[in-house]
Amino acid sequence: MKRREFVKKATLSSFVALIGTELIFGSKMLEGYTPLALQDPNPFKMFKKNKEMIVLNDKPWNIEAQAHLLDDKVTPNSSMFIRNNGLVPESIDSKTWTLTIDGESVKKTKTYSLVELKSKFKHHTYQLTLECGGNGRSEFDPPAKGNQWTVGAVHCASWTGIRLRDVLEDAGIKSNAVYVGYHAIDKHLSMDPKKEPISRGYPMSKALQDETILAFRMNGCDIPLVHGYPLRLVAGGWPASVSGKWVNRISIRNKVHDGTKMNGTAYRIPCKPVAPGEKVKDDDMCIIESMPVKSIITYPQTGAIISQGKTLNIRGHAWAGELEVAKMEYSIDFGSTWTTCDIKKPTNRLAWQHFSVVVDFPDVGYYEIWARATDTNDVSQPMLLPGWNPKGYLNNACHRIAIKVR
Amino acid sequence: MLKEEVFRIQVKKVYQLLILVLIMFAITGGGLLYYLNNPGVFDSNSKTETLLAVSIEEDEDRIANGVHVRTGLVDAEGLMLVVNNCTNCHSSKLVTQNRMSADRWNATIEWMQETQNLWDLGGNQEIIVNYLVTNYPPQKKGRRMALINIDWYELED
Repeated sequence: MKRREFVKKATLSSFVALIGTELIFGSKMLEGYTPLALQDPNPFKMFKKNKEMIVLNDKPWNIEAQAHLLDDKVTPNSSMFIRNNGLVPESIDSKTWTLTIDGESVKKTKTYSLVELKSKFKHHTYQLTLECGGNGRSEFDPPAKGNQWTVGAVHCASWTGIRLRDVLEDAGIKSNAVYVGYHAIDKHLSMDPKKEPISRGYPMSKALQDETILAFRMNGCDIPLVHGYPLRLVAGGWPASVSGKWVNRISIRNKVHDGTKMNGTAYRIPCKPVAPGEKVKDDDMCIIESMPVKSIITYPQTGAIISQGKTLNIRGHAWAGELEVAKMEYSIDFGSTWTTCDIKKPTNRLAWQHFSVVVDFPDVGYYEIWARATDTNDVSQPMLLPGWNPKGYLNNACHRIAIKVR
Repeated sequence: MLKEEVFRIQVKKVYQLLILVLIMFAITGGGLLYYLNNPGVFDSNSKTETLLAVSIEEDEDRIANGVHVRTGLVDAEGLMLVVNNCTNCHSSKLVTQNRMSADRWNATIEWMQETQNLWDLGGNQEIIVNYLVTNYPPQKKGRRMALINIDWYELED
């Protein structure tokens, strides 16, 4: 009996000791310590982003803004969405960076150092609207594959660089040139060195526009690494994926560029409208060029409660791909009536335009403010989802915010 | 004869248990003494390589509140197959935000095999797809959803 008692006690006390230690470990570990395996680098610190940005994906990094974070006329880095197809490059030396112009339709393959590019060609600064082709994808039904962007995959920063046209002409463009395609140094997610995460481009007509630039500065500073340091193509008004980051080679092609994400269903929509969910053959998919007309209410943040009798100032931006926004309207009765409001001219072509207006509410209750822009071709934003497409691109349905008056 | 043998075995077992308990006691007691003398040893800012290594082993596939902590995936049949086959190249967030039917998942897997170096999943494919459609089923959205999850706030001006 006595021996059994001793065994029991000894066992118990050792368990107490064990549990006790475990508790000490536990409370100690709670003090802001995350085991190494769970530690994610903090994207907000790493990329200097506003803490209210939404992380959709951390491998690769894809982060979007919320509407109210885009209130600035010129989008600061802190509110700029991040869309990556591959891994962000790690070590970049701008002193040894070069850009090569090659391809079937270049007169002579030529390589420039970054220093040479900056000193040889005239600098230009433009404010350019870059919107992800899949912005708004989350609303499509049946759902489309990919990052489920809501409204925040758009920005309009100020970019400084040299015209792509000046560099292409310096190298020499053959008369059979039809397209340019970019190449960059980012690695494929699979780490397969033979694979490019993305290599897109556009027809010569877009490449030769004044506003299509090779940028080395953003909002007056070096471009942040995640946005393409040290050299980024910026072509406003088209899906932002044509604005290649970390660019080190541009090919002048004698055919439509066939790099990664130019083919299949990537950045393409059905050439002819299809029913939601319909299967579409690759041959029946066409490359997206200009983005459609769209707008966003950036103030107030959705969910505002105001007192009866008070007016409400609203404001936001509107853009229309290659075109300009000609008319801006809002509705507080789900589109039954629309009121036209003032829309400012763009700072330069392909920059978003600003609207602001004072709104009155007739009574207490729940309201939604809907915004609708119309482009210079008299095409407006739809109130419902636009045509379904397999990859969920080009959702330019009216943006809405919720308001309560009491 | 038999009884004696049984007794001997029992004594042996108790003896082994006692030894084990003593060893555990010695280790934890020693550890506690060390901890008392070095209270800062487990603080996150002090660099204790051994603790970090232990944590990795322990927490890699920890489940809390029905969720696989490292990936955020729901703990259900097929979880580890999804973790091991679907989160090597891309984040689990890309999996959970995409809600698709079995057909479209199978087509997506095929696309990943053709273009993204995904390996042959063999018999596991069915389990993986079943996990996805069961735990992350498609939601009906219609032509336009109502505004949801609104954080109401008093607007001061």
